[in-house]
Amino acid sequence: MKAKFRFMVAACVLGLLMTGPFALTAVLLLADAKDAERAAFAEFLIPRLPLGGLMTLLGFIGGLILLRSLFQQYVHGLLRMAETLRLMLGANRNFRVAPEGPPEVRELARAANDLAQQRDELLNDVEEQIRSAKATVEEEKNRLAALMSELAMGVIVCNLDGRILLYNSRARLQFKALSQGPTSMSGGALIGLGRSIFSILERGQITHSLENIQQRLRKGSAEPTANFITSTRGGQLLRAQMAPVLGSAERAENLGNPPGPLSEKGGDEVSSQAAPAQGVSATTMVGAELHVTGYVLTIENITRNFEREAERDQALQALTDGNRAALGNIRAAVETLLDSPEMETDTRERFTRVIADEAAAMSSKLEATMSRFADSLKTRWPLEDVLGIDILAAAARRIEDRLQLPIKHEDQDTELWMRVDSFALIQAITFLASRLQDHYAIRELRLRLSAEGRMVFVDLIWSGTTISSETLYTWELEPMTVGVETSPLTLRDVIDRHGGEIWYQRDKAVHSAFFRIVLPAAVTPEAPATDQAQHLHSDSRPEYYDFDLFATRDAAGSGIDPERRLTDLAYSVFDTETTGLQPSAGDEIIQLGAVRIVNNRLLRQEIFDQLVDPVIPLKPEGIPIHGITEAMVNGQPKLDAVLPAFHEFCAETVLVAHNAAFDMRFFQLKEDSLGVRFTQPVLDTLLLSAVLHPNQESHRLESIAERLGINVIGRHTALGDAYVTGEVFLKMIPLLADMGIVTLRQALDASQQTWFARVKY
Amino acid sequence: MSYRILIVDDEPNIVISLEYLMKKEGFQVAVATDGEAALQQALSFLPDLILLDIMMPKKSGFEVCQALRADPALAAVKIIMLTAKGRETEVAKGLALGADAYITKPFSTKDLVLQIKSLLG
Repeated sequence: MKAKFRFMVAACVLGLLMTGPFALTAVLLLADAKDAERAAFAEFLIPRLPLGGLMTLLGFIGGLILLRSLFQQYVHGLLRMAETLRLMLGANRNFRVAPEGPPEVRELARAANDLAQQRDELLNDVEEQIRSAKATVEEEKNRLAALMSELAMGVIVCNLDGRILLYNSRARLQFKALSQGPTSMSGGALIGLGRSIFSILERGQITHSLENIQQRLRKGSAEPTANFITSTRGGQLLRAQMAPVLGSAERAENLGNPPGPLSEKGGDEVSSQAAPAQGVSATTMVGAELHVTGYVLTIENITRNFEREAERDQALQALTDGNRAALGNIRAAVETLLDSPEMETDTRERFTRVIADEAAAMSSKLEATMSRFADSLKTRWPLEDVLGIDILAAAARRIEDRLQLPIKHEDQDTELWMRVDSFALIQAITFLASRLQDHYAIRELRLRLSAEGRMVFVDLIWSGTTISSETLYTWELEPMTVGVETSPLTLRDVIDRHGGEIWYQRDKAVHSAFFRIVLPAAVTPEAPATDQAQHLHSDSRPEYYDFDLFATRDAAGSGIDPERRLTDLAYSVFDTETTGLQPSAGDEIIQLGAVRIVNNRLLRQEIFDQLVDPVIPLKPEGIPIHGITEAMVNGQPKLDAVLPAFHEFCAETVLVAHNAAFDMRFFQLKEDSLGVRFTQPVLDTLLLSAVLHPNQESHRLESIAERLGINVIGRHTALGDAYVTGEVFLKMIPLLADMGIVTLRQALDASQQTWFARVKY
Repeated sequence: MSYRILIVDDEPNIVISLEYLMKKEGFQVAVATDGEAALQQALSFLPDLILLDIMMPKKSGFEVCQALRADPALAAVKIIMLTAKGRETEVAKGLALGADAYITKPFSTKDLVLQIKSLLG
């Protein structure tokens, strides 16, 4: 009930109280009296009525004044105070209630002020802490940035889903240098925040390395890192070192469920590899203090070093082993000669000729080796030291997982370290198991690990069925395949790579047979866990690990769910320049520019900027608009090369363009012939502008930019327009949120409903 | 009765020395120049000891060795692998496949003779 209304009611009640009893008494007396009495009463009363009325009125007015003043002081005073308090709550923290009015109200005001004071002190304290924390984070960020940019190695930080959270310029340059194709995508091959590392590096390798790291962590290893060598699509050789980023124990608990298997998020590229990915997720659950939240990859392009090293190695090999036979022949001949003075002359001559021939052969071999030194030959792969039982455990898991073949461990020396390429070796063991299962239907495989001197023996033992050694010779030379997975290597390659051997042997006494793989033992076993290991999960870890890179894990997730918030999605904002305005009448794209938005930021480093040869002549009237001449497009790649590259650039992002229907029409006309399809959702800033400001006349990009206070520079180049569109889009997101348009689906639906959506090209 | 030695090697330049050496020691000698010939000779010549090279055409020394050891009739034959492959893992393989000794080229003729004599007892 409004205060004013209540005041009216109170006034009425006062009026009634003052007149009611008198009037009632008068009525009762009149009803009781006889006629004469009534007449006398009226005669007596009526002349005196004005006086009584006046007195009553005066009393009523006095009562009203009193009532009003009480209302002013208590009701209005409290209402005013409530408003002031609201003001203090929101707009102006420093405002205070003026203590006025009656003592009770003043007391209340004072209490409210005290409360406000206390709140202010708390808030100031919190703000101060936030400020200092922010400053620390900023300082750490700067330190990290400086460190990263100084590094000669590429550094990439990923979360467990393989999303890139951080990379340095060297990494970008390295992958840019590796990117193939005719386009000058300046973002590097496909390196970008929120992008998947698996488009650059093989998923199997990463998963395998993560598993290795987990195992080392569980053992408290001082160096829970993994190294691997991988080759890119372009045939370059990269050496990568992976180091885990560990979450704190509380964080692990807060996260509750560790990240789901990659298969849930990673889209179509995942399906064939889902199994090892699940393995990784499972291992992250072991022990809260070991919770790995992501990893740092340091990457070095070693193609050139490597070729050189391999050549040198080959030369050495040729000079030593290659000459053994010849030297052996010479030595045998010479010694025979010396020991046989009785030898006949012509025999002696034959021996001498052997010596001469072999010496000549050695000389020419030496020459050949030296000249071959420059040729690049088969590469030898760097190996890493691994605990033997770790390899066997990993192999066992893989075999049981892929082949459903039970594995038993027997007589395994737990202390043995070997020097291996663990990924290839596990592939080899799995391959042998799969062959045995397919061809000899073995029901169980036992793995044994022993050593002799500097050699480690890995035995794959089975009972019953025997095979012929020829079978193994054949298997050695086949490419290793397990199910649908094929390795380019043969078993022999893997064995050779390790400088190892493999053979088939039978143990008749116990009716079993085995393959024995001999590998070099690691010379320097890793030191047992020391307090060095602690630094990784204690307070003293390096400071540049500290800041929270991993908060973006969901924001950068893959797969475009329309229910996700606009602020959480990754976008590719693009624009085209074309020969004309009618795609269906043969106009063509001559320039394609795009920029990425990730985490609400326009990433000016991650761009796509490419001129396109339209094949048809440019129209003279278009040249003043886009400023692109025949000379500029001549020799540029054609759309059939550019569009697939652009398609890859846009993978897993929402497309954004101004008047997107126009650009998309150009793409659609090419989809069938080029075999690329842009299936992701498209947002149009023109339609969104119509949603936001339906009463504005112009929804041209310039007008919108002006409305939203954005400086327009470099218009009418595809990339320049893409920048402007991107900034416009970023400004629109909060405005849309004010209208209740928060998710991608809401934005798409609202766009559909504007009449602009009906324009078709 | 003198011992019979089978020399298996595809390089005439080593065969000449080995043959001369063995004859000088009073052994009966036969020569095979590839893996398959070696297996045939082993059955017909019935050697007491085989000097076996690894890198040969048709069948490698490893394969010959394994085949010889698979035949119970030839169980008593001593096998010395004589090869230019000097890696430890290959030595291990040779011995695992049933060779009695593994000698890497270049070798001393004296040592070879001593080794043969000790094997033949």
